[in-house]
Amino acid sequence: MPAPPPKHKPNPKLPRQPLPLLDPERRRRTADEVALGYTAEQAQLEAQRCLQCQKPVCAEACPLHIDIKRFILRIVEGDFQGAHDVISEQSPFPGVCGRVCQHELFCESACVVGKRWDPVAIGSLERFAADHARLRMKELADSYPKPTGKKVALVGSGPASLIAAYDLVRLNYRVTVFEALHQLGGVMAYGIPNFRLPREILHEEIARLQNMGVEFVPDFIVGKTATIEDLFEEGYEAIFIGTGAGLPYLMGIPGENLIGVYTANEFLTRVNLMEAYKFPESPTPVRVGRHTVVVGGGNSAMDAARWAVRLGSDVTILYRRGRAELKARLEEIEHAEEEGVRFEFLAAPVALYGDENGYVREMECIRMELGEPDESGRRAPVPVPGSEFRIPAETVIAAIGQAPNPTLQKSTPQLVTRRGKIVINEWGETSIPKVFAGGDVVRGGSTVILAMKDGRAAARAIHEALSGAREAREEVKA
Amino acid sequence: MSALILDKRQLAPEITWMEVVAPRIQKRWRAGQFIIIRPLEHSERIPLTIVGSNAERQSITMVIQAVGKTTREAVSLEPGDSLCDVVGPLGEPAEICAGERVLCMAGGVGVAELLPVARAYKEAGNTVVALCGARSDSYRILDAELRACCDEVHWATDDGSYGFHGNVVQLLLSLAGPGSFAEGHVIGPIPMMKAAAEATRGWGLKLHASLNPIMIDGTGMCGGCRVTVGGQVRFACVDGPCFDAHEVDFDEMARRNRAYRDLEQIALQHDCKLGLR
Ligand SMILES: Cc1cc2nc3c(=O)[nH]c(=O)nc-3n(C[C@H](O)[C@H](O)[C@H](O)COP(=O)(O)OP(=O)(O)OC[C@H]3O[C@@H](n4cnc5c(N)ncnc54)[C@H](O)[C@@H]3O)c2cc1C
Ligand SMILES: Cc1cc2nc3c(=O)[nH]c(=O)nc-3n(C[C@H](O)[C@H](O)[C@H](O)COP(=O)(O)OP(=O)(O)OC[C@H]3O[C@@H](n4cnc5c(N)ncnc54)[C@H](O)[C@@H]3O)c2cc1C
Ligand code: SF4
Ligand code: FES
Repeated sequence: MPAPPPKHKPNPKLPRQPLPLLDPERRRRTADEVALGYTAEQAQLEAQRCLQCQKPVCAEACPLHIDIKRFILRIVEGDFQGAHDVISEQSPFPGVCGRVCQHELFCESACVVGKRWDPVAIGSLERFAADHARLRMKELADSYPKPTGKKVALVGSGPASLIAAYDLVRLNYRVTVFEALHQLGGVMAYGIPNFRLPREILHEEIARLQNMGVEFVPDFIVGKTATIEDLFEEGYEAIFIGTGAGLPYLMGIPGENLIGVYTANEFLTRVNLMEAYKFPESPTPVRVGRHTVVVGGGNSAMDAARWAVRLGSDVTILYRRGRAELKARLEEIEHAEEEGVRFEFLAAPVALYGDENGYVREMECIRMELGEPDESGRRAPVPVPGSEFRIPAETVIAAIGQAPNPTLQKSTPQLVTRRGKIVINEWGETSIPKVFAGGDVVRGGSTVILAMKDGRAAARAIHEALSGAREAREEVKA
Repeated sequence: MSALILDKRQLAPEITWMEVVAPRIQKRWRAGQFIIIRPLEHSERIPLTIVGSNAERQSITMVIQAVGKTTREAVSLEPGDSLCDVVGPLGEPAEICAGERVLCMAGGVGVAELLPVARAYKEAGNTVVALCGARSDSYRILDAELRACCDEVHWATDDGSYGFHGNVVQLLLSLAGPGSFAEGHVIGPIPMMKAAAEATRGWGLKLHASLNPIMIDGTGMCGGCRVTVGGQVRFACVDGPCFDAHEVDFDEMARRNRAYRDLEQIALQHDCKLGLR
């Protein structure tokens, strides 16, 4: 018998361990991951800060309800693989969530230690557990019996569908994920940059689902390659729509179609999915001039700006509100600043001017001030008359939000939508029976973890609908 | 999904006809729609029109003009090989009227792209007149297939080696005028589509143009394929690829299609250095 592990003495007063980062100068020249991750020593020091609360509010605040204190205890004990196993009970994506989740809004905002000191760095610990398991246990592919149950189709391979697949395959459903693009992962594959989420990590976490029996069909557009009706005819008994919000908004200003003016989606797809940062080793080019202006204040804006820095440009983010109103993850805003991205707050684009060959050269902007709160509760930016000014711009990237892609909706007109978003009821079900939806296609642009929360809820609803459990619950309610 | 290549034929210098297995697309496609392919694992995504299909062989056919790196990669593959990715059918089907005298106009590889539209017009009971342009006699493609579904087929060659000596718009002006046609469809190089639109303005002819801007995803996600039609921004991959030729801003589209010309040269030279071809 090995000796029992020493009793854990929490020490919340220890300073929060900073996440080691790549030097900003190095970052500006590579696509390497920015955050280096904890060493085992740092992880164990940080893990010791956890109080192991009786009532772990962190797990409640986590949309996936990961058993946070238990996985942190495993790290304290040096059982890093065990930590990963605890997370796996709820989530197959610790490598992804540990990197892109907005922890400051969820688990870490609830953490009791944070009431007096800095909250436990739950995100960085999750990431540590994932990376440890990945490096040490790569050979041990999960082995699961092949599912034999009813067939369920999931449309789109973003986080909403991926977690639904994980839950459904564990309930023995035969799950097929259809994806329009040639690569899996949704925004995590085409939008979020490699330097935040290395592609191997995404691919490995998806491969794990494959090993469990989830079937993935890329290059398949539901609504085009086959319709929802076709899928039902082919024997799928329930369908989940997780098609995201991939339709970019345009700025609607003169000059928008000049060469060098991109939507964030096009720019990021070229660079991430088609690896334009390796051009000409990779086939897809991207055009980045000396001055890049990115319009917007969310994650897409930060990501586009930071890629443009790496591609050798001087980058300005133009945002119509102030710094406090930026919607991106805090960490990414700080990293962007460290990398030399300039911010022009309280300003909006008015027009773009090009040269005789149609290449964009200049942006005209106008100053804004914050007026009365609008329907979102935030103070609405109002243009200041006569405050126009011009800045050089050989590349312009519009990162001003997106709406759901209407392709599937168009082929299924009976699907009820509101402003492009699919409407669902309390069961997560759409206006078509046995068709469920969640993630950005329901919420509009949101976050990875909320998409996962929806996917998990949908998997439960699908199980209830297909196993007859839902009727039972409805009777109880009545 | 990957698609097995069943057959391949050289139609003219640099123009290749290819048949691939694609059961789902074969079942659903309509004239005017297209696919996106990646020939090899690390290729660019490029759009190609669906030219025909064969239900028995569950196949679709395409015609590829080798102009740059990716199209050359595609035509270098042989029957028995597979295209790495084929996704579709994409875009909206062409609008097909019935019972009219219609004009079908194409130039270069556009003749192949026109073929399914001409067939659809014929099947809908129209009288179909095809005007086709080629550099010279040896560049004429799919003449027999076109004649099988059109009431008249006329050719123009730049060097006069076959048919009318001149370009296809000059041919049109020599054969027709206002009121000659109720509807029509034009596919080809941008300057030719523009000239066709200008020539027929005021003819009372509803002319559809099949546009070919640079595309990436083809699903409406990137906005890279945007074109201005009647002063409005449209995404050619999902709203098109066919639009009212008289409303399209062809000059803007031509500029946008040249956006990467310098970089495409670099890509090709890079391949040569590596000895790939
Ligand atoms: C650049 C960028 C950075 C972001 N950074 C963060 C971050 O750091 N942290 C965070 O929490 N959130 C971030 N977000 C938001 C987050 O990525 C999304 O909220 C989340 O990915 C939504 O997940 P989803 O499953 O609903 O859809 P998506 O991830 O959008 O995936 C939808 C998938 O469905 C496919 N699809 C669409 N239509 C069809 C169809 N008809 N048939 C088949 N497939 C189809 C699409 O190709 C796509 O792959 C970011 C978003 C962007 C754009
Ligand atoms: C809806 C649609 C349908 C099409 N159908 C066909 C078809 O049936 N057969 C066919 O041969 N081609 C077709 N094309 C054009 C084809 O997609 C391009 O020739 C191809 O993308 C060029 O790729 P490349 O890498 O070989 O050449 P590149 O090296 O990328 O470019 C070579 C030259 O082609 C121009 N070019 C680049 N992309 C396009 C484009 N999308 N359209 C036109 N010119 C372009 C460039 O400006 C450059 O001058 C279609 C395009 C669209 C949008
Ligand atoms: S709330 Fe904070 S201290 Fe309490 S268990 Fe969770 S992580 Fe540990
Ligand atoms: S090709 Fe991306 S939106 Fe049309």
